[in-house]
Amino acid sequence: MTRETTISILIIAGLLAAAFIAQAMGETFYITLATRMAILGLAATGLNIALGLGGLVSFGHAAFFGIGGYAAGILATHAFNSEPLLLGLPGTNQMIVIWITGAIAAGLVAVLIGLISLRTSGVYFIMITLAFAQMIYYFAISWPAYGGEDGLSIYVRNAFPGMNTLAPMSFFLICFGLLALGLIVFAMLRDSRFGAALQAGRQNETRLAAVGIGPFRVRLTAFVISAMMTALAGALFADLNRFVSPSMFSWHMSGELIVLIILGGVGRLAGPLAGAIVYVLFEFALGGITEHWQFFLGLILLAVVLFARGGVMGLLAGRARHG
Amino acid sequence: MAEPILDIRDLRKSFGALKATDGVSLDLRPGEIHALIGPNGAGKSTLIHQIAGSLTPDSGEIRFEGRDVKPLDVAARARLGMGRTFQVSSLAPEFSALRNVMLAVQARQGSSFHFFKPVMRDRSLTEPAREALTRVGLADRADVPAAELSHGERRQLEIAIALALGAKAFLLDEPMAGMGPEGSQALTGFLDRLRDEAPILLIEHDMDAVFALADRISVLVYGRIIATGSVDDIRNHPAVREAYLGDGA
Repeated sequence: MTRETTISILIIAGLLAAAFIAQAMGETFYITLATRMAILGLAATGLNIALGLGGLVSFGHAAFFGIGGYAAGILATHAFNSEPLLLGLPGTNQMIVIWITGAIAAGLVAVLIGLISLRTSGVYFIMITLAFAQMIYYFAISWPAYGGEDGLSIYVRNAFPGMNTLAPMSFFLICFGLLALGLIVFAMLRDSRFGAALQAGRQNETRLAAVGIGPFRVRLTAFVISAMMTALAGALFADLNRFVSPSMFSWHMSGELIVLIILGGVGRLAGPLAGAIVYVLFEFALGGITEHWQFFLGLILLAVVLFARGGVMGLLAGRARHG
Repeated sequence: MAEPILDIRDLRKSFGALKATDGVSLDLRPGEIHALIGPNGAGKSTLIHQIAGSLTPDSGEIRFEGRDVKPLDVAARARLGMGRTFQVSSLAPEFSALRNVMLAVQARQGSSFHFFKPVMRDRSLTEPAREALTRVGLADRADVPAAELSHGERRQLEIAIALALGAKAFLLDEPMAGMGPEGSQALTGFLDRLRDEAPILLIEHDMDAVFALADRISVLVYGRIIATGSVDDIRNHPAVREAYLGDGA
């Protein structure tokens, strides 16, 4: 086993262990923190497929995070009020249905955004993805049917077969399970032929085309998979807070996801999770002292960019190696 | 005479008032090395770009195995079998030499839309890639990232990639550039045997290599081909001597 793999497993297992220790100590608040880490880690792992493997710096992944969140909010509201949704279809409080709906909706939107934005690159790509996310943000604000600016409350956390999702530990385990699944998907993609083409396209697009692989379709597919995973995390995030609001769509959220990846290590398996752990710990530790905790986060980010390019994973496991 | 693999007719490309390609006709026949020489700025690279598909000509025809390839993009032409190397090495720098070649093997086998099987455990990728590396003499450098290879090794790696593509024609843009005399000599010997596998359109400044290898030579000056012929024809062609080789050559 490489050092990278060992450290990745330690980080992932560490999160699980932390939740169980908090449970044993009866500290449910810490379980909630761990849940937040898992969810943000999953959202950023989704982005890591596009950004880390494909070099596609999407500054609009909040769009997908929010779509997942609103899928949970809207379906749950309809189920709670027993009002039919579109075409007489009922709402639902089943997480699995919500996840699938959210992921498909985000996937479809990602196809549209990707078809347009992936024709550009660099700063233009960043700006177009940002523009799309902002369009959806303002749409959510001005859509009174689902709370507009005020957002939507989810009165009872959605259900998962055989589990009491209201128990913090049960909900953590659901989130951790999806995180683990997301990480497995990331690792498989990275090592597959698809991942080889995607990563080669990031390193040298001319080379990829010269061997006969068109970058566009590869990137579009990666963008869609990436969006679907981030949407899944958005649905969990809504259930964690039992609340969704347009702020899930805001560019701050997109920026936060990028920050998580840079903190943890771009393109690294456990990078986004490591970033999420550091981020949430900071938010908790410094947020208690000053409401300007993000100022200090900014300093740390600066230090990472200047002195530790590989982020947490770079510090712990050294430079990334490709077989 | 055998059908040419690559057939270019009356190709034209202007950048503003500059006629970079001015009615070029040229073909590449099975089993031959056709060298394209010419002074700097003659339009050699512009021509290669148009053949490979990274530049669109203003007019003229490009046929590959009898098929009009003008509507096809770079990737599609590569899939037809154009194995191109770059004047300045163009590789995936973080990937090892082996993984660079594996990418070509993967492309040759068809779809890149396989999401599950790890490439490093896929012998249908690693074995042909190792074989191509062995042929160019890079077998012991297989696991070194492309960015850490020496200049000469990167040139060799480019050729290994073209080999692994199963190219039906090689378009080699100054493969000897920046190689030491030993490297050039080894590469000359290698290209000499390579022509049996697929014909080579060779752009090269190293005249020793060109005269040693070429079956035919075309001389490009100011976007026009001023002469095509055997090594001896070109050596003794008055216009060529004047325009390119200089009187003392």
